[in-house]
Amino acid sequence: MKRFASIALATAIALFLQGCAGWQSALDPKGPAASELAWLIWFFTGLCAVVWVLVMIALTMPLMMRPRERAGPLVLDAGAEGRKLRVVITAVGLTALILVGLTLLSFFANRTLAAIGSDAVLTIRVTGHQWWWEVRYEDATPSRILTTANEIHIPAGEPVRLLLTSTDVIHSFWVPSLSGKLDLIPGHMNVLDIKADKPGVYRGQCAEFCGAQHANMGTFIIAEPRAKFDAWWNDQLQPAAAPMSDEAKAGEEVFLKRPCVMCHKIGGTTAGGTVAPDLTHIASRQTLAAGTLMMSRGNLAAWIADPQGIKPGSHMPGVDLNGDELNSIVAYLEGLK
Amino acid sequence: MSSADLTSERDLPPEREASAKGDLAPERDGPRDTGLDDASLHRWLARTWRTPPGVIGALSSVDHKVIARRYLITAFVFLCLGGLNAVAMRIQLSGPQRGLIGPDLYNQLFTMHGVTMMFLFAVPIVQATGIYLVPLMVGTRNIAFPRLNAFSYWVYVSGGLFAWVSFALSMAPDVGWFAYVPLSGPEYGPGKRADVWAQMITYTEVSSLAVAVATIVTVLKQRAPGMSLDKIPLYVWALLVTSFVVVFAMPAVMITSTFLILDRLVGTHIFNPAEGGDALLFQHLFWFFGHPEVYIIFLPATGMVSAIIPAFARRPAFGHLGLVLSLIAVGFLSFGLWVHHMFATGLPKLGASFFTASSMMIAIPNGVQIFCWLATLWDGRPVIRTPLLFVFGFFFIFIIGGLTGVMLASVPLDLQVHDTYFVVAHFHYVLIGGSVFPLLGAAYFWFPKITGRMMSERLGRWHFWLAVIGFNAAFFPMHIVGLWGMPRRVYTYPAELGWGNINLFITAGAVLFFLSFVLFAFNLVHGALRGAPAGDNPWDAGTLEWATSSPPPSYNFARIPVVTNVEPLWAERDALPVATGLRVDARELLISTVAEAHPDIREKSATPSIWPLLAAIAVGATFLYSIFTPWAIVWGAAPIALTLIGWFWPKGDPEDEE
Repeated sequence: MKRFASIALATAIALFLQGCAGWQSALDPKGPAASELAWLIWFFTGLCAVVWVLVMIALTMPLMMRPRERAGPLVLDAGAEGRKLRVVITAVGLTALILVGLTLLSFFANRTLAAIGSDAVLTIRVTGHQWWWEVRYEDATPSRILTTANEIHIPAGEPVRLLLTSTDVIHSFWVPSLSGKLDLIPGHMNVLDIKADKPGVYRGQCAEFCGAQHANMGTFIIAEPRAKFDAWWNDQLQPAAAPMSDEAKAGEEVFLKRPCVMCHKIGGTTAGGTVAPDLTHIASRQTLAAGTLMMSRGNLAAWIADPQGIKPGSHMPGVDLNGDELNSIVAYLEGLK
Repeated sequence: MSSADLTSERDLPPEREASAKGDLAPERDGPRDTGLDDASLHRWLARTWRTPPGVIGALSSVDHKVIARRYLITAFVFLCLGGLNAVAMRIQLSGPQRGLIGPDLYNQLFTMHGVTMMFLFAVPIVQATGIYLVPLMVGTRNIAFPRLNAFSYWVYVSGGLFAWVSFALSMAPDVGWFAYVPLSGPEYGPGKRADVWAQMITYTEVSSLAVAVATIVTVLKQRAPGMSLDKIPLYVWALLVTSFVVVFAMPAVMITSTFLILDRLVGTHIFNPAEGGDALLFQHLFWFFGHPEVYIIFLPATGMVSAIIPAFARRPAFGHLGLVLSLIAVGFLSFGLWVHHMFATGLPKLGASFFTASSMMIAIPNGVQIFCWLATLWDGRPVIRTPLLFVFGFFFIFIIGGLTGVMLASVPLDLQVHDTYFVVAHFHYVLIGGSVFPLLGAAYFWFPKITGRMMSERLGRWHFWLAVIGFNAAFFPMHIVGLWGMPRRVYTYPAELGWGNINLFITAGAVLFFLSFVLFAFNLVHGALRGAPAGDNPWDAGTLEWATSSPPPSYNFARIPVVTNVEPLWAERDALPVATGLRVDARELLISTVAEAHPDIREKSATPSIWPLLAAIAVGATFLYSIFTPWAIVWGAAPIALTLIGWFWPKGDPEDEE
């Protein structure tokens, strides 16, 4: 038992040293739903730990007791059997009571979660693709509807309704520090309400196995103060910035002549593909390829030059580009803020 | 048993009416065991029940012990292969952004790990243990439908080869062991990988169903006289309930995989939402099998615990009736909670709450079992030997898994931990703690009955501690890293998330756990070759399998025992009463009534035959061919029909002709 205890202790220490500081941790809640769930997790864990310890004591006690020599199989004593029966029935009754309590607790937690989205201020349609997220901000005015990819901006402190679906396989939307996960299923529309208490960047990741690059299907929720969020939305509605330098201009030309336009869209140009992320404001995002690489000139170049080396199996093919073409495209994309 | 043991003899009923079995006229009735002395009785029975010599003889054996040994060894080999997969995955995950194994291979690795452990190890090994023990524990000479039993082994082993050969050819399924559509469907699962999954599942479950049917009939109709329902050993009860669960659950997964192959191969749109199908239908069908599957693996393990604890606590299991009713309750309830695998699919909230309640409820009968075992142990100072150690390991580990199961049953909580490493930790605690640890205990416990030799107690203790420490080091931290946000089935993860160190620790634990199985394998081989001779009943246990010699002769019992108690060997310390009257020149079994186990009729048991093997090859070839063309079903029907005709061709009675 000592060895078990030391293992348990070591993991507990590891938990306190390293945990609770996760970017993507259910134990580090940053919104009302995740807070409710974290509380529930700790409560269940505590109760289960108590039950487990009690059972272990009951298990080890007979080993600690003084030996009662008993060579042959026991002749049963009716009185002792009756006492044991009462103990067992009591234990079963307690188990049932605890389970009823936990069932009620989860039912009420469910209601708390459902109440979060009742006054949602914003609706965002999130569509799963192998292996990126299409994000569409709904608005009553059609010209204000905005489509981006992979990063979801929300106003901090306000509930937001996410409509989740998929165009290919089943994905699952999960940002643990804000809320539990919900699947994106082709042919179904699921509703998930989220709310971030404070401004911040919260990482999420696809949680349902969706094929070769399931591991690299990250997302970010960026919660901002309302004014900043509105400004961001207005910026995003603008067409792509025109290339400034000669190199960037050359890059735009290369981009529009190459197969890039089959899949990608850049607002304000003839590139109108919709099967891959919209690149109109790509340089304003924090990561590339759904959270796989941080946004930087070097990573942009690496990704365009060899997408299959970075995300093997992804649907972005390697396009044959010489060094100058690659540099110019990177310069062009870098300007798309 | 010797003739000195005979304290009572009962006359058995006459054979079935001549009209029912025209070729067995009473005047041709051969010699019976009634008046024979011991030596000639053994000679007669050994000749009647032997497996024929030579390779063809070995391939045509229908002895349940021979088939069970093959099953056990094959399943153990698959366990080691599945474990190697796991170690390979853990090495890839031991640090962030490792490039040892790419996504293509990694996705095959975890799919094959799941498929191997669930379909090629866990279910077959519990069924194989049952094939070996159930006939011995109910006191009969062979399992019901022995040729079907032989057939099931050949189907199973060829299904396993089918999967592993495809893996060796880099053609293994890579869609996860539950292969959700549309990922495994025709559009997103190109190539033949998902077809291999679908056909292998259908195919191996044929064998599982066959064993379940044989077990049910053996338990209900072949019990020794006097073994009324209340005197059936708990292990046999567990196998009986499990077999019923198999009969109702396996068809659901076979339908799932058949629908999938139809979508892929014939062009139906059962799961295609664009054509009015539904991807969620797959999940409902799959989990209607998938949840009972957990209990198909777990219930026999509880039966093993119920056999080991009384033997070492030196008293009958406390609450026999309660344990039996819990087994039945778990069997029923296991069908009512499949939806808790699907909380994240966005089901209506009220429906989900119902499934929360039903999932929590199953903890009650499981609690009854655990409290009854504890009460059994409390009543005395248990003799601690390796089998009991593994039962303690079972308590230690399984209860953690059961409690995290209660957490997963809660809808809101499940939405945080579903499909994360927390779940990976949970189900390994349940499956390894709840099934593998009892199985290891059972291996030490029944090894002497199978080989006639003991395994090393010393190595057994080393094995136990290595396994417990390795297991907990590997799987306990997974709970934590899951709550930190690590999803399952990822082949890599970014360094910034801070999961590196804990994953390195997990990998070290996994390697240690794997090494414990290497030690176990050594102990098995060493025990089989060099172990101390065991004798009939080395643990002084009470159930019937210990009444015959170790290893048992081909006919199991020279004279069929008569049962008066749940632990007949404890109730009748000196001599077990026997029933006589069975023919010794023909493979006769005693068939008894379902409830009271009164002797009813005598019935012939099948003789060795090569046809089950040939039929399995024909079925296997058809399934293999069917991943390429639906016409395989048409062309394959001919050889299958041919082999079945050979199998069932009325041949009279060869023993009568000898």
